[in-house]
Amino acid sequence: MRTAERPRWRGLAAAGVVHGAALAVLGAFAWILGDLLVAGLGQVDWAFLTAPPQDAGRAGGVGPILASTGILLAICLVVAVPLGLGAAIFLAEFTPAEGRLGRLVRRSLDVLAGVPSIVFGLFGNVLFCKTLGLGFSLLSGGLTLACMALPLIIRTAEASLRAVPPGLRQSAVALGMSRTSVVRHLLLPAAAPGLLAGFVLGVGRALAETAALIFTSGYVDRLPESILDSGRALSVHIYDLSMNVPGGDHRAAASALVLVVALLAINGASALAMGRFGRRLGAR
Amino acid sequence: MSLRLEAVGLGLAYRGRAAFAGVDLAMEPGTLTAVVGPSGCGKTSFLACLNRLDELVPGAAVQGRVLLDGADVRGPAVDVVGLRRRVGMIFQRPTPFPLSIRRNLDLPLREHGVRDRAERAARAEAALRDVGLWAEVKDRLDRPALALSGGQQQRLCIARALALRPEVLLLDEPCSALDPLASGVVEDLVRDLGARFTRVVVTHNLAQARRIADQVAVFWVRDGVGRLVEVGPTAAIFEDPQDPDTAAYVRGIRG
Amino acid sequence: MLSAVIVLAIFGLVLAEAAPLIARVGPAAFFTDAGWQPTSGRFNLSPMLWGTLLTAAGALLLAGPVGVLTAVHGRFYAPPAWARVQRRVVELLAGIPSVVYGFWGLTVLVPLIARLAPPGPSLLAGILVLALMILPTVTLLADAALAAVPAEQLQGAAALGLGRWATVRGVALPAARAGIGTGVLLALGRAVGETMAVLMVCGNVVQVPESLADPVRTLAANVALEMAYAMGDHRAALFVAGALLTALAALLVALAAVVGRRHAHG
Ligand SMILES: Nc1ncnc2c1ncn2[C@@H]1O[C@H](COP(=O)(O)OP(=O)(O)OP(=O)(O)O)[C@@H](O)[C@H]1O
Ligand SMILES: [Mg+2]
Repeated sequence: MRTAERPRWRGLAAAGVVHGAALAVLGAFAWILGDLLVAGLGQVDWAFLTAPPQDAGRAGGVGPILASTGILLAICLVVAVPLGLGAAIFLAEFTPAEGRLGRLVRRSLDVLAGVPSIVFGLFGNVLFCKTLGLGFSLLSGGLTLACMALPLIIRTAEASLRAVPPGLRQSAVALGMSRTSVVRHLLLPAAAPGLLAGFVLGVGRALAETAALIFTSGYVDRLPESILDSGRALSVHIYDLSMNVPGGDHRAAASALVLVVALLAINGASALAMGRFGRRLGAR
Repeated sequence: MSLRLEAVGLGLAYRGRAAFAGVDLAMEPGTLTAVVGPSGCGKTSFLACLNRLDELVPGAAVQGRVLLDGADVRGPAVDVVGLRRRVGMIFQRPTPFPLSIRRNLDLPLREHGVRDRAERAARAEAALRDVGLWAEVKDRLDRPALALSGGQQQRLCIARALALRPEVLLLDEPCSALDPLASGVVEDLVRDLGARFTRVVVTHNLAQARRIADQVAVFWVRDGVGRLVEVGPTAAIFEDPQDPDTAAYVRGIRG
Repeated sequence: MLSAVIVLAIFGLVLAEAAPLIARVGPAAFFTDAGWQPTSGRFNLSPMLWGTLLTAAGALLLAGPVGVLTAVHGRFYAPPAWARVQRRVVELLAGIPSVVYGFWGLTVLVPLIARLAPPGPSLLAGILVLALMILPTVTLLADAALAAVPAEQLQGAAALGLGRWATVRGVALPAARAGIGTGVLLALGRAVGETMAVLMVCGNVVQVPESLADPVRTLAANVALEMAYAMGDHRAALFVAGALLTALAALLVALAAVVGRRHAHG
């Protein structure tokens, strides 16, 4: 009987540990988000979202900071999306999956995705701020973010282009369609959900980034007048309030809440969009 | 108008490994040639060579020639896009584009320079009527093509090729992914397209080949390479096969 | 192509800023100097390298097992609907900004630790926050690796009458080993490069810690803290730190690729 007894006992213990781990994880995150809600929710209202910060951010709102964040994201997307899409199309359509060039590019993308964001900050500081003379500006920050988002966008876009069934490509070619129109009319629409997911990942990463922005787009919390002005991203604002401004914790919590909600909203919207898209194509 | 298609000493190798070789086969205008043989004997590869789809596979090398109306399809003056319009191809699995039914027909037509919207619509309708799909889909042309049934999808793919007014149609096991009913519909369709097109149909269904083909070509693997072991009028192949493998194959003993 | 150019540009530019100083004081100086007083020509980075390695390793020790177990839970223990929700939640958690984790650590965790083992900002706080941060990464990648285990193998195990845990331990985990390894290495890379969360909770004292309660400073935090005002050799020394970080991260990515490739070959 002992032989039958032991495994059962072990299985139960294992089940306990496994369930415990999952519960602990969910519990920890519920704790974090709960704290954030409790500390931040009371302060977030329309005025907070639109007013400029006062008293180094202890009072007032985050209006100009949201504007700067939006501009940073816009610059990042305007640069990274076309470049990333172009590179992905090149990789997926014009290089064989096992070819030398393709492998080299993919390898370097993986390395790029693993480079710490702070190093991107150093790089952006040298290239955009100093060498190109853009100074601490939204443009420098946005371009740095674009460099960070690019590997994510390219890899996900390439994967979703490659996931398009080969039969589609084959039959299009058999109908005498040219490569460009195969890409334009068939592959891009078919891969659209994956492409969108990649963009959302990229935006998420850019929105979450702090370290790379501190010394590329800077700290200035005024409303920027042009993209060559310095501007403070929301994440930098949270950092600054909690580290450098005694008594800034409340506003930091409120800002963190706004940031997290913005990220969730982007994720949710893209999930919705993808759902709708899937239905429109009548995917089986 | 249908054209004469002829393979002369045709062969294809993937990265140096021959899939099939030395095929001489004439397909007369308006006839239906059934290509049969065991799996892996190079039927699909043979079909691909006829409209240069082999060029999609890196490392594929063609030997011999394919003559369309007497002219080499790989000749320097031939434009491959035009060739593929004239020689349409249907695959084993239906491959509608993930677009609306209308766009499925519209896109290739536009691609081939049919500028006039009304003409595109007319040609699409004619093609859909040809495949007997018009009545079924005329009210839902803007619905996704992927929502059609398998048989309808396959007929849509045939219509898509027909809309381009090809002269030759290549069909690679067009019925094998379909249920018996849908398969019968597509089979009748391929037969009834009649003399307007020169047709080459790969099939594993010998009864089907017997029903629809004017001529039957039997492929067989010899020493690891696909060969054309026998070709002749349908009746001759089924009733008086010369090659022993063919004889066994059509009697259903092997293959 | 572009990406290769960017990789080269990053390495190139960072190294170009660092090279003159390295050439002048020699690479050994960054590990043997009397301390980190970059304005007086002392460039010892090793306490910060220790800080980076200790926080990252500690975080991995915590997050690795817990993350893998959570993935196992999702694949083998939870009801499918619940597992889907859990997966989605973890995906969202992976996107939460590090600065938010840092803020939470600073306002909740650090005071807690301060009560138990003062001063509060410490190696321990860094490890805990980092572990939370990389948990979603570990979980998601382990989950993907487990999902890729062929169903026949699992059915085979079930057909032999193996229990759930025996199936997981005997079949699923070994089959997913390479994928999990890759995930763990990538998570480690993330931990090594993480800046903000660690910067906010570690206390940032330049020292080799003697206990979990001691404050530490990591390489990345060092760059973020001093870059704003660094000039001349000091700035160059920060670029050396950046180059060191990049090399570490690239090493981990390369390792992950090797592990992943072995996986592909069975
Ligand atoms: N893209 C390819 N790359 C390498 N080898 C290939 C490729 N396509 C086919 N082959 C090989 O060429 C030979 C012939 O294949 P082909 O698909 O033409 O056979 P088939 O007669 O159509 O078989 P089936 O009846 O199963 O469809 C096979 O040995 C196959 O492995
Ligand atoms: Mg075939």
